[in-house]
Amino acid sequence: MISHFPILQVIIPLLAAPLCLFLRIPRLVGLFAILASLAAFLVSCMLLSQVIATGPIEYWLGGWEPPWGIEYRIDLLNGYLLLLVSLMSTIVLIAAQTSIEKELPENRHVFFYVAYLLCLTGLLGILATADTFNLFVFLEISALSSYTLIALGTDRRALTASYQYLIMGTIGATFIIIGVGMMYMMTGTLNMYDLAERLPAVSNSRTVLCAFGFFIVGVCLKLALFPLHLWLPNAYAWAPSVATAFLAATSTKVAVYVLIRYVFTVFGVSFVGVSLPLGRIFLVLGLAGIFAASVAAIYQLNIKRLFAYSSVAQIGYMILGLAIGTKLGLTATLLHLFNHALMKAAIFLAIGAVVYRIGSSQLYHFAGLGRRMPLTMAAIVAGGLSLIGVPLTVGFVSKWYLVAALLERGWWPVAFLVLISSLLAVIYVWRIIEWIYFTPPRIIMDNIEEAPLTQLIPIWLLVLANIYFGIDTDLTLGVSNLAAQSLFGL
Amino acid sequence: MNILGLYNYWIVVLLMMIGFYIVIAHENLIKKLIGLGIFQTSVFFFYISIGKIAGGTAPILDEKWHLYSNPLPHVLILTAIVVGIATTALGLSLVVRIQEAYGSIEESDIQAQDSLDQLECSLEAYGIRQFENLYDQDLNE
Repeated sequence: MISHFPILQVIIPLLAAPLCLFLRIPRLVGLFAILASLAAFLVSCMLLSQVIATGPIEYWLGGWEPPWGIEYRIDLLNGYLLLLVSLMSTIVLIAAQTSIEKELPENRHVFFYVAYLLCLTGLLGILATADTFNLFVFLEISALSSYTLIALGTDRRALTASYQYLIMGTIGATFIIIGVGMMYMMTGTLNMYDLAERLPAVSNSRTVLCAFGFFIVGVCLKLALFPLHLWLPNAYAWAPSVATAFLAATSTKVAVYVLIRYVFTVFGVSFVGVSLPLGRIFLVLGLAGIFAASVAAIYQLNIKRLFAYSSVAQIGYMILGLAIGTKLGLTATLLHLFNHALMKAAIFLAIGAVVYRIGSSQLYHFAGLGRRMPLTMAAIVAGGLSLIGVPLTVGFVSKWYLVAALLERGWWPVAFLVLISSLLAVIYVWRIIEWIYFTPPRIIMDNIEEAPLTQLIPIWLLVLANIYFGIDTDLTLGVSNLAAQSLFGL
Repeated sequence: MNILGLYNYWIVVLLMMIGFYIVIAHENLIKKLIGLGIFQTSVFFFYISIGKIAGGTAPILDEKWHLYSNPLPHVLILTAIVVGIATTALGLSLVVRIQEAYGSIEESDIQAQDSLDQLECSLEAYGIRQFENLYDQDLNE
């Protein structure tokens, strides 16, 4: 049984999704989805502890030996992310039940859970697999189900957002598959570790360079790197709140994982560093993304859109960590992956709770809510402080390591820019605080009360995690440090 | 290996560019999906070209034949075709719902309507219009 854990955690949500259709009663389906997600979480906990204890776990699907068969390989990097994704999914699902009651018509509740579980399957599959084509298939499973999740939003703009994402996402996925085809053409293999062994022999051919280009551009579309981020703000703004919380916390993170995996494990640092100016490109795009998106966030009227732009900026920080190209930089990226998931899940769930009560996510409808929903608003503020990087929050930890890595490399002007960009975050977070606490209400507030417990508990779990991991960094820092070390082959 | 000898790859590149151009240039949402279809199909051709070995046959073990084409790309592409169909189906169903919601499938029309909504939001933000409960309205419709 234990030897089958790597595949089990993908299989559980995959099987649970169609079973949801048979259960039919929305409340029952909700509970069932939480159970499935929790099971995946427990499995990923055991996997990670096993990886830490005994090193990477290899699993051959159907007993076929790689590179002929599909291999799943769990190491520190993907073990860590598997834990993150399944944890976020479980916490978000607890809040989902009440939230979608208000946001979706009754007959769509079951479909929401089905799409959600399929999306989870896809994300976990991407993380677990060591087979390039398998990765493409899971990428499409998660993408197609997230288009559906977004289109479930009540506003009609959800439909166009979903369509736009579908077009961009499919172009990205097709680019990835072109890259995979070219790699296969040159090496005759699809297994990542086999590719890593065979690619250096042909690495100065133009086909491999092309393959790399297509692949990286495709992945960057998926992870919403700055000029390719256009699908993200609309998609996050109009999707149902819980879907936004889930996607913001997991899907871009998984795309960043794919980028790290291919840059470090498959193509190798020597190829990427020597033959291509990838570091410099990422540096420029990362910085441009941080500033452009933070400035755009300041001007948003819709609070979900505001935080969506802030997500694009945070992805810029992760890419910046990669651009540094040192172990410390990679550690900062991995830390920020985890920490950003914690903050954004907390913020979007809190916004979801507000939407549950007032039916709107426009910033000006939040006026005066500080009195009516103090706990929820405190959660948004705590998440916002974490985004800025105030000490004692997780945001501080990851920014600290990012700046340290920049200084270690001697890039102090970039470090300075990172600090300035935090001031932009101060502006957009302050704007929210001003509306919440210092503006008289715009709407009738008499019957608005604190969010229900089923939402407050997951929100505050995440907020406390934000503070806890900001003080005790043993787990996050320890694992990201070890993962970065193994990626650099030290 | 002359340039003409690689004609299948030229076709792939041409189709890829045509498809990509349609996706970018056309305003009509269905035409965009058609472009996306062409774009994806070019990749299918690409994979099948990779697997072909001159003079090779289908990989069925038999005394008479010794040279086989590589079947793996074909299998991969069967999967990719299924993915493509799912994407197109989902895309088309979104277009149907967009048509229901906006009464148009031209991008410029939709954007015009969206910016009108946006304008109303801004007016409300600066206190010119009163809040209505958008929520109940949407669900009842």
